[in-house]
Amino acid sequence: MRRAYFKDNRIAYLLVAPQLLIIFVFFYWPTGEALFWAFTLEQPWGGGNEWVGLDNLNAVLSDGRYWNAVVVSVIFALASTALAMGMALILAIFADRQLRGYKFYRIGMIWPYAIAAPAVGLAFRFVFNPDAGIMSYLNTISADVWNPTLNGTHALIMIVVAGAWKQVAYNFIFFLAGLQSIPKSITEAGAMDGASVLRRVRDLQLPLLAPTFFFLLVINITDSFTDSFGIVDVMTQGGPARATDLLVYKIYTDGFKGLDYSGAAAQSIILMSLVILLTVFQFRYIERRVHYTG
Amino acid sequence: MQKVVAGAMVSAVAVFAGHATAEPVKFEYWYGLSGHLGDVVQQTCDRFNASQDEFEIVCVGQDGYANAVQNTIAAFRADQHPTVVQAYDAGTADLMMSGEFYPAYKLMEDFNVDVDWDNYFPGIADYYASSKGEMFSMPFNSSTPVMYFNEEKLAAAGVETPPATWEAFDGMLHQLAGAGEECPFAYAPSTWIDLEQFSMAHNVPIATQNNGYDGLDAELVYNTTLHVKHMENIKGWIDDGLAEIRTNQSGLNARDSFAAGQCAIYFGSIASHATVHAQAADGLQWDVAMIPIYEGTERHNTVVGGASLWVLSGKESDEYRGAAAYLQFLATPESEEFWSSNTGYIPVTKTGFANLESKGFYNDAPYQGREIALQSLTYTEPGPLTRGIRLGGFIQIRQEWVNEVQAALIGKKSMQEALDTAAERGNTVLRKFERTYRGKQLP
Repeated sequence: MRRAYFKDNRIAYLLVAPQLLIIFVFFYWPTGEALFWAFTLEQPWGGGNEWVGLDNLNAVLSDGRYWNAVVVSVIFALASTALAMGMALILAIFADRQLRGYKFYRIGMIWPYAIAAPAVGLAFRFVFNPDAGIMSYLNTISADVWNPTLNGTHALIMIVVAGAWKQVAYNFIFFLAGLQSIPKSITEAGAMDGASVLRRVRDLQLPLLAPTFFFLLVINITDSFTDSFGIVDVMTQGGPARATDLLVYKIYTDGFKGLDYSGAAAQSIILMSLVILLTVFQFRYIERRVHYTG
Repeated sequence: MQKVVAGAMVSAVAVFAGHATAEPVKFEYWYGLSGHLGDVVQQTCDRFNASQDEFEIVCVGQDGYANAVQNTIAAFRADQHPTVVQAYDAGTADLMMSGEFYPAYKLMEDFNVDVDWDNYFPGIADYYASSKGEMFSMPFNSSTPVMYFNEEKLAAAGVETPPATWEAFDGMLHQLAGAGEECPFAYAPSTWIDLEQFSMAHNVPIATQNNGYDGLDAELVYNTTLHVKHMENIKGWIDDGLAEIRTNQSGLNARDSFAAGQCAIYFGSIASHATVHAQAADGLQWDVAMIPIYEGTERHNTVVGGASLWVLSGKESDEYRGAAAYLQFLATPESEEFWSSNTGYIPVTKTGFANLESKGFYNDAPYQGREIALQSLTYTEPGPLTRGIRLGGFIQIRQEWVNEVQAALIGKKSMQEALDTAAERGNTVLRKFERTYRGKQLP
């Protein structure tokens, strides 16, 4: 393939500049600021800060509540990713097999992704409401079978489901596209050899979906660490008793509600490193097992 | 972030609009109240603009107290902040230490506005005044908690008068339950009521150094006072099925449960008086009373809750003159009457209250009962422990309390353990605050 290139690199720089500027202003600059705050004690209204070295990071890392948030976040990330990807995969396989009404589902399944997280939270708050929602029927069997206001496990299940539901749509699009790009001749050949539907899914479609699978895994995990704020804020506000206090929500409550900018900045830096590490890990170890067809 | 951008855009629009017409002088006011209460704030602005043509106040709702403060800080750092901001009671110490404000007493003095500071109820004024008694912000929406009770349910259970002591309260819950009442007491953990106002009414400390007024080195002591017994009692009532936790997350919150006639008792701000009235189920007979105290203790005043108006630094003299005019406008008896009759908030000045009282405002529904709040606020002269709370990072301190109390209520730990942990963690917040403002004194 012949590569297009500019004779004069200055034009190239000029064309890229706006994009770089935007990234700088909205990403590198705030990140740099947060990095600086993480090592100082910042007065909320400005007017002075004091260099405290690693004190903020030490305070965060020696705080049991922080580790609680780490555990909760990891559970949330794994559970919601597994649920979202699992559901999406099943739905995509159905849509790909052109079951009845698949044309509607192909479009309809995409809608949830367009809904803002707080709206999702609000809707699910109703669904899971122990007194009035759909889940309240469980409580007619026996009181407090379902009570996310008092039971931390229930609350966590609730936000996992809500978080996953939102993500299903996104995953569905990619899985469906992935499935449809698998040449029909392969599955047809499998069918002729007498492989059942499930067998074809397991031995043919899933392996060929591996690149999509890997991509979605990275996106979902990253997303559940950083983009779950709206759902937690609306549904549980981190409660009961911190059972749903995700890292990203803790940053918000400490920093914006509590005006502890330095502590929140330190947490942001740790969260950012965590997500970077996780992504590197995934690329390093999981991607090895992915075979891209080319 | 979006709100900040929106705020910045609004201010940009205001600036351009200001260029188009040379006068009147425009200045901004950001408020936190939302919904119906926010609409009434907006009306005070409209009334102010209609009352004169020298200034034009541009009022921008920020949807919540916390947002109002957060957005103002963000805007302040970008030099896009409003002239006036409504900041909640709990943020008082944070704002005082920032130093980025124009003290209300000084503003009024500089612009020759005559204010009789003694006219403000001490339970309100002390909360927003410096240690020297100078008012730093203007009291605005002010409330104090009261006990809301369902008259019919109490009568049906044979309770003649609303309980004035917690012992009688306990007896009443048993009577209500005995009479078949399913939800005698709708409870939601609230530091403001269960800790802060409770401690005021019993004259017990929340923190050393007179609740922080005398120094940034104050330490929380609420885990050693009568407060512990009270929280243990509340837990006991919940465990015995005499009280139910009602929050937004569980469906109906305590206030709405009460207004719907589901629960017999709830504790809330007097500001909810109007809301309960508007939402009350048909034929609901209800009234309010002062929060109970324990037998063998002496009742003291409760303090103000709500928010006050701060004038921020870094603005032009013209805008300050406008801000002074607006604050003066709010303090007129007419404005106080407008505010109190359209919301459940109480008047903040003695003349404002006297004016309403002389008109028979409190004699009939829907306003009858609201005078209870003023009785509670003025029950005694505020002493060193009942002036208010002056603790930095108080929002976080409240949050620690809520989280730990929740843990105790669901049986993860004992109430004493929970309060010990909450106080210890709160002290960490206080030490961090002290260090952030090292070398500075509370004004």
